[in-house]
Amino acid sequence: MSLLSNTATLLGKELRTEFRSRELLTTTVVFILVVLILFSFAISPTAEESREFGPGLLWLAILFAASLMLQPCFLREQTNDTLSSLRLAVSDPFSIFLAKLIANTLFLLLTEILMLPLFAVFYNIPILPKLHYLLLVLFLGSLGISIAGTALSAISAQARMRELLLPLLLLPLLTPILVVSATVSVSLLDREPIVQWKGIAFLGVFDFIFLTALWLFGEYLLEE
Amino acid sequence: MTSPTLPPTGLRFENIDKRYGGRFALRRVSFEISPGECTVLAGRNGSGKTTLLRIAAQIVRPTAGKLSFPGASAESIGNGRPGYVAHATMVYDELTAEENFVLFAKLQNVPQPAARAEELLRDVGLIDRRDSPVRTFSRGMRQRIAIARALIHRPSVLLFDEPATGLDPLGISWLAKSLAEVNRAGCTVVMSLHGESEISALATRAVRLDAGSVVADTKSGASLHSILTFGAA
Repeated sequence: MSLLSNTATLLGKELRTEFRSRELLTTTVVFILVVLILFSFAISPTAEESREFGPGLLWLAILFAASLMLQPCFLREQTNDTLSSLRLAVSDPFSIFLAKLIANTLFLLLTEILMLPLFAVFYNIPILPKLHYLLLVLFLGSLGISIAGTALSAISAQARMRELLLPLLLLPLLTPILVVSATVSVSLLDREPIVQWKGIAFLGVFDFIFLTALWLFGEYLLEE
Repeated sequence: MTSPTLPPTGLRFENIDKRYGGRFALRRVSFEISPGECTVLAGRNGSGKTTLLRIAAQIVRPTAGKLSFPGASAESIGNGRPGYVAHATMVYDELTAEENFVLFAKLQNVPQPAARAEELLRDVGLIDRRDSPVRTFSRGMRQRIAIARALIHRPSVLLFDEPATGLDPLGISWLAKSLAEVNRAGCTVVMSLHGESEISALATRAVRLDAGSVVADTKSGASLHSILTFGAA
């Protein structure tokens, strides 16, 4: 019970501080927007090419934007040693991770939902036919990125070369999720859309395994 | 300012070692602090005071040795952890003073968090600035907020790392008065200080650290004075 109430309290804090500063959201939205626009003008893809490469570009943009967004996640807590006050206050340190990863997933999803219509326009891909499945893939993919990214952000925040360490660890770890998310998205945005349930199940299993590992070992990541 | 609701709790350090890489920050530190005692940790910079306080706060795990809280109930070693004031303020600059207090009160299951936050804001004399973000406060005001945050759950053990940092003479008097009040109510206080002040006058015991080891430990007035002044040298 205290895990849930602590998580809810911390999530409220994460959302309040972000919506007050809009620091992470602005960075993420601008980054994805720039990447999508740049590639659409640089490549000028045909409708078929768009369907083939568009989803991959979208996920690549999401991944790089997420690594920008995840960097300050635990770094912010070091400014005034607030991580120590949180660790002293909560009964289960997993609530700190849970609140941060839920907040990160929400921020990523919000950015993606804002970007989807622009993606459809710039790449001339109709997204409405299988929108609910696309949203499911975006949710599972973003959750996976947030779980692994939040854990790695806690590790890198205590390291010396922290700015370099997070992308260095994050990108290889998230390669499977990126490949599967992009493949499932390509199938969904095809002229004859197919729902790749195996891919969706893989994303669910990836999220579950990483969340369980974080629950079991997260406490050690917060130690000095 | 507040009185502890948990049973009086002491602190026992048994053969505590803390190593960072190959360097010892603490070496075989053993002593016990009785419930209700007000102990000052003295020593030069780098002598291990902060590390010892962070181990007592359970933020840092010792490399070897054991920390225990004699007299503590299951509640007081669980969520009712020691109140800890560090060098940093340990509060969020982007949140207001009131939001910070409500946040930490909720996390520590303090009944009526909003009422407790208001009580603390009155105690620290910042009730008029309750809606101002902490980043707009002066160093002294932030230190008051930091001290009040540590007291929010009415802990039975208080750990203060140079609590007078940034406080003006009025602030130091306020802190001394508040500490005397919580200590009278049975709260065990451990603080690191440099030199003598209104705050060190509350001490009933002084422990001096040097290069990570306890080199002096006294409860008598004259020796206490000598430990404190030498610690500042």
